[in-house]
Amino acid sequence: MIYTKNLTKSFKGTTVLNIDELAIPKGQSFGLVGNNGAGKTTYFSLLLDLIKPTTGNITNHDVVVDESEDWKPFTSSFIDESFLIGYLTPEEYFYFIGELRGQNKADVDALLSNFEDFFNGEIIGRRKYLRDLSKGNQKKAGIVAALIGNPEVIILDEPFANLDPTTQIRLKQIIKDLAKQKGITVLVSSHDLMHVTEVCERIVVLEKGNVVKDLETNPATLKELEAHFGSSVLLAQEEE
Amino acid sequence: MAINILMVFFALYFMVSFAALGFGLLFLLKEGFPDQDPFVLANKYIFYWVIGDLLMRFFLQKLPVMSVKPLLTLPIKRSTVVNYVLGKSALSFFNFLPLFAIIPFSIMLIRDGYASPMILTWMFTMIILVLIINFLNFIIESFSAESEFSFLPILVIVSVLIGLNYFEILPLTTLLGNGLIAVANNSIFILIPVLILIICYAFNFKLLRGKLFLDSSLQSKVSEVNASDLSWTRRFGDISPFMQLDLKLIWRNKRTKSMAMMMLFGIFYGLFFYTQKQFLEMEFMFAFVGIFSTGIFLINFGQFIPAWDSGYYKLLMSQNIKYEQYLRSKIILMTISVIVIFILGIPYVYFGYKILIAHFAAAVYNIGVNTHVILLGGAYNRKKIDLDKKAAFNYQGTGAVQWLIGIPLMLLPMAMFGLTNWLVGFEAAVALLIILGVLGIVFHKKLMKWIVKKFLNSKYKMIDAFSQDN
Repeated sequence: MIYTKNLTKSFKGTTVLNIDELAIPKGQSFGLVGNNGAGKTTYFSLLLDLIKPTTGNITNHDVVVDESEDWKPFTSSFIDESFLIGYLTPEEYFYFIGELRGQNKADVDALLSNFEDFFNGEIIGRRKYLRDLSKGNQKKAGIVAALIGNPEVIILDEPFANLDPTTQIRLKQIIKDLAKQKGITVLVSSHDLMHVTEVCERIVVLEKGNVVKDLETNPATLKELEAHFGSSVLLAQEEE
Repeated sequence: MAINILMVFFALYFMVSFAALGFGLLFLLKEGFPDQDPFVLANKYIFYWVIGDLLMRFFLQKLPVMSVKPLLTLPIKRSTVVNYVLGKSALSFFNFLPLFAIIPFSIMLIRDGYASPMILTWMFTMIILVLIINFLNFIIESFSAESEFSFLPILVIVSVLIGLNYFEILPLTTLLGNGLIAVANNSIFILIPVLILIICYAFNFKLLRGKLFLDSSLQSKVSEVNASDLSWTRRFGDISPFMQLDLKLIWRNKRTKSMAMMMLFGIFYGLFFYTQKQFLEMEFMFAFVGIFSTGIFLINFGQFIPAWDSGYYKLLMSQNIKYEQYLRSKIILMTISVIVIFILGIPYVYFGYKILIAHFAAAVYNIGVNTHVILLGGAYNRKKIDLDKKAAFNYQGTGAVQWLIGIPLMLLPMAMFGLTNWLVGFEAAVALLIILGVLGIVFHKKLMKWIVKKFLNSKYKMIDAFSQDN
């Protein structure tokens, strides 16, 4: 369970995130949507203790994230390219992450063998450094690295961006499979309403740092989300 | 901020010294060599000044950095961009500094009765010479950017020039001196240095323009992986993954690689001093050479901890790692470098056993004290290092600041050593450095706890600073 209470984050006096209460039960696949600047990445950064909350806090499995580091062993994430080490090959990178998470080479290899389709032959055994891979391939490596070491909480920021259509479909399957496993909480943010409704059981809409919608996914959710984001366009047109 | 003040201080210091030299040179030459023409004599030494200036510029002066990509799609001619960058470089401090010596010296010469048209021509020739050195330096830097060992081109050029001159194959001192006097006597010859300046400028122009095409920066060179067996790091236990990462960091990035090559320079550094008699009598210099040469990697690598990892700092901070392990890996690397350089420097015993003892004391001091001091400094490091991308025109990414940071690390032990040596004796001075070093090693765990705390306290600030795009 990830429990957020009275959480606010301000940069130079402007509040960019303000969540009174948000509880994400263990095992839920959770989607975060919102326009640019809505606070999605800010929320994930707070969850990973990369920035300090202005008020309130987040509790990850009974650990207050900005007070203790004990959440790290069971939490993993891929936020952006700054989670990659450019001068390593993908294999070296996976093994390095594996060592940090207590996995030996054989464990990592066993996990990687599940993702041969996803990698599409472009990652493993190419003798290339991560910095020389395309944006999409870098992202694939980063996402899979976030799955190493049996994490219970997986945080992926914009995982679908920059991926080609085939890989997007494969990634959706991967996330769905993860969600099916007992006890893995997956947190995904996206601009793509269709993808996110497909893979997430629950969707929270952020707007200017506030939770404006909290939906259980059902066949009507996509319509509802489209209506929500479309209405702001209509409103803007009317104002003009 | 403190560094900026220090830089201003240094700049002022050099300006004053150059001006003093300019005003005083005539008297000095007249006094030292009463039977020779001071003007002719001064010109004889211009060659050495050129060499010195070139060396100093290579290490301290950089082309003005500029982000070019956004300009390429705008309606600005490429030649305008290049001319702007090159023109801006002509306004560098390094070009104004010599004027503080050249102009006063010219005034003094005219006051002394030299024909003013001749001296004025000479003065302008010297200004042109300064600009030639300016542009020559950028040509050399662009070549060193291509080479694996970035100091090689300048070392080759300078040693070839000095060699040619020394063995009188090409007596450059007299050639340059006579050339300058010939120009001064017949001002039409000034066209020759002007022509050389134009050639240097044009060459730079060509080099930079070639870099200005979008495809040359977009088309990234894909380098073949050089994997080596690093399983020997296993014996270091829990820090082995970090050591492997650090070794790959050093070996696979150009900037860190040339820094590692500096270790060679550190090994031979002592030869500059010990081959000269007067230094062999200055015992406090032994400590300085020892600290500098065994600590050359420590200083260069250590001062950018943790900035070396700034590109993926968020990853490290969100992973299940212990700061202590991460930092201990770096300390062990630095310690190994100190030991290796010390061992390779054992032949210095040829110049006297005291040198070896002082170097040993310096090595112990480096291991025990300087490693911790430099890590502590790292906790206040807020500057990102971009290992992947190189800013256009930015050939090395190092500047004067890097050399200034080493001062407290080196001057403090040298002062302690010198003072004790003078007040008590050589043995006591050696013992002092060793005791301090051993204390550092004994209290390593305690010190690390304290340093780790500092790092933890500045965690958010570091993450924030490292995610800024300069």
